[in-house]
Amino acid sequence: MVAFAFAFLAPVLYSLYLSLFRNQLMGGNQFVGLANYSAAFTDPKFWDGTGRVLLFLVVQVPIMLAVALAAALVIDSGRLFGKRFTRIALFVPYAVPGVVAVLMWGFLYGDRIGLVGWINEAAGSQVLTPFSREWMLVAIGNIVTWEFVGYNMLILYSALRTVPGELYEAAAIDGAGQWRVIRAVKLPALRGALVIATIFSIIGSFQLFNEPNILKVLAPTLISSSYTPNMYAYNLSFLGQQVNYAATVAIIMGVLTAAIAYVVQLRGTRRDS
Amino acid sequence: MAHSFSRPRKSVVLTLLMAGLVVYSLAPLWWLLVSSTKTQEALADSFGLWPAGPFALFDNIAAVLTYQDGVFVRWFGNTVVYVVAGAGGATLLATLGGYGLAKYRFRGRSAVFATVIGAVAVPGAALAVPTFLMFSQLGLTNTMWSVILPTLVSPFGLYLMWVFATEAIPTELLEAARVDGAGEWRTFFTISLRLLAPGIVTVALFAIVATWNNYFLPLIMLSDRNLFPLAIGLASWNADATGVGATPVFHLVITGSVLTILPIVAAFLLLQRYWQSGLSAGGVKG
Repeated sequence: MVAFAFAFLAPVLYSLYLSLFRNQLMGGNQFVGLANYSAAFTDPKFWDGTGRVLLFLVVQVPIMLAVALAAALVIDSGRLFGKRFTRIALFVPYAVPGVVAVLMWGFLYGDRIGLVGWINEAAGSQVLTPFSREWMLVAIGNIVTWEFVGYNMLILYSALRTVPGELYEAAAIDGAGQWRVIRAVKLPALRGALVIATIFSIIGSFQLFNEPNILKVLAPTLISSSYTPNMYAYNLSFLGQQVNYAATVAIIMGVLTAAIAYVVQLRGTRRDS
Repeated sequence: MAHSFSRPRKSVVLTLLMAGLVVYSLAPLWWLLVSSTKTQEALADSFGLWPAGPFALFDNIAAVLTYQDGVFVRWFGNTVVYVVAGAGGATLLATLGGYGLAKYRFRGRSAVFATVIGAVAVPGAALAVPTFLMFSQLGLTNTMWSVILPTLVSPFGLYLMWVFATEAIPTELLEAARVDGAGEWRTFFTISLRLLAPGIVTVALFAIVATWNNYFLPLIMLSDRNLFPLAIGLASWNADATGVGATPVFHLVITGSVLTILPIVAAFLLLQRYWQSGLSAGGVKG
């Protein structure tokens, strides 16, 4: 708990402290109260990034979780050839370091040595253009989905494994079919795990950083330094030297994420009692 | 209904659907593996999913290991240090903390819960930047400690362990042990630890992956190339390769990626076996 306090609470408090000041060229650090916050709330760059991750969240998270849920149920149903292999194969991308995943997809998306270039050549036209303004976010969403589908599947699958065998026996005695077992036994058993998976996916979307930051090298004109709030905070503090404002952006995002995660948590567990 | 079998039959349709998903998961890795056997020229000219040109895998590996005075080997060693110290410590702390939170009532428990949830929710980057500023005040930046210390605290692991301990260890069992006169430590080591084993392996697995994977924290903490973990090193090679007037070292980035993936996938497969035996031995199925 001491370590926890040191590595977690201290930075948060320091961050809060920083967000209340502004570094002037003359006069050093000056207390400015909530001025940084009002600046952030009227900062188009900040809202641009926030809007982007919200869009990402609304589209990518449901798709990914639906696929993960379907995969977990199918694997658990025992109606699959090569169940063990499937489970491991789906999880492997999660073990691939994010940086490597992005580098790899970055190559694949590329015209020169990637598959996209090959597909376009075979089709005779530019069918796929991941490095374009419209498709960039989809391309990023694909990478994130690829990385985390198996991980979410595993979380849901292990929750299914904890369902006691007697429940299935009872359901079988009652003559319940597979769909009915899924609805009456499996989905309720999954609720907790599903809430956890949703929360972490939401957090992941808000934290979006690695993928755009590495792809930026390949598509510098498409991904601005404020593409996501996280990138904005990073670039503010390391390239722009605006540490105080970066801390403010970081705090707003933290509060926003925590609030949404909390709502999901409440909604997800309410019916338990 | 075709589905109403209590003993499920194997389904070809479901298998094919899942096979599609498996291909999606594995095809990029296959591309990476195939590409690591190609020379730079073959990379640009040939179809990505099939080997072509001279078989250059060993030349590529040798090039990766010796490029820039063998800095890759150094990055590998650094990564191992970060994983052992960081992920190992994180697992230990998460296990003790999660168990304590799940099985002991104390004042402020709900406040701790709220803090942990909040901690999970705070963006890593949000925390990393202030941590960097704090560490630079303390003179810790650009040392191995600056990567290890923040890694030790894993709100996610703590949360997972907490949930797991709440569900896997019946409180009655602990009470029975106490009635039998077993001390808290003895109860923990003889009863709880065994029940927690699958959870511990899971948390360790995630901690290892997270540390091996870590990009943002070392990116801001370290400026000395000799302290880089693999992920940062590879990204820096990639940046070298794509900039203006760059030396194209795509084959090094690709082969280096393969070498980076192999140990973690191997570790995962190894742990997966423990994890599975842990699940059945841990009495989850009763």
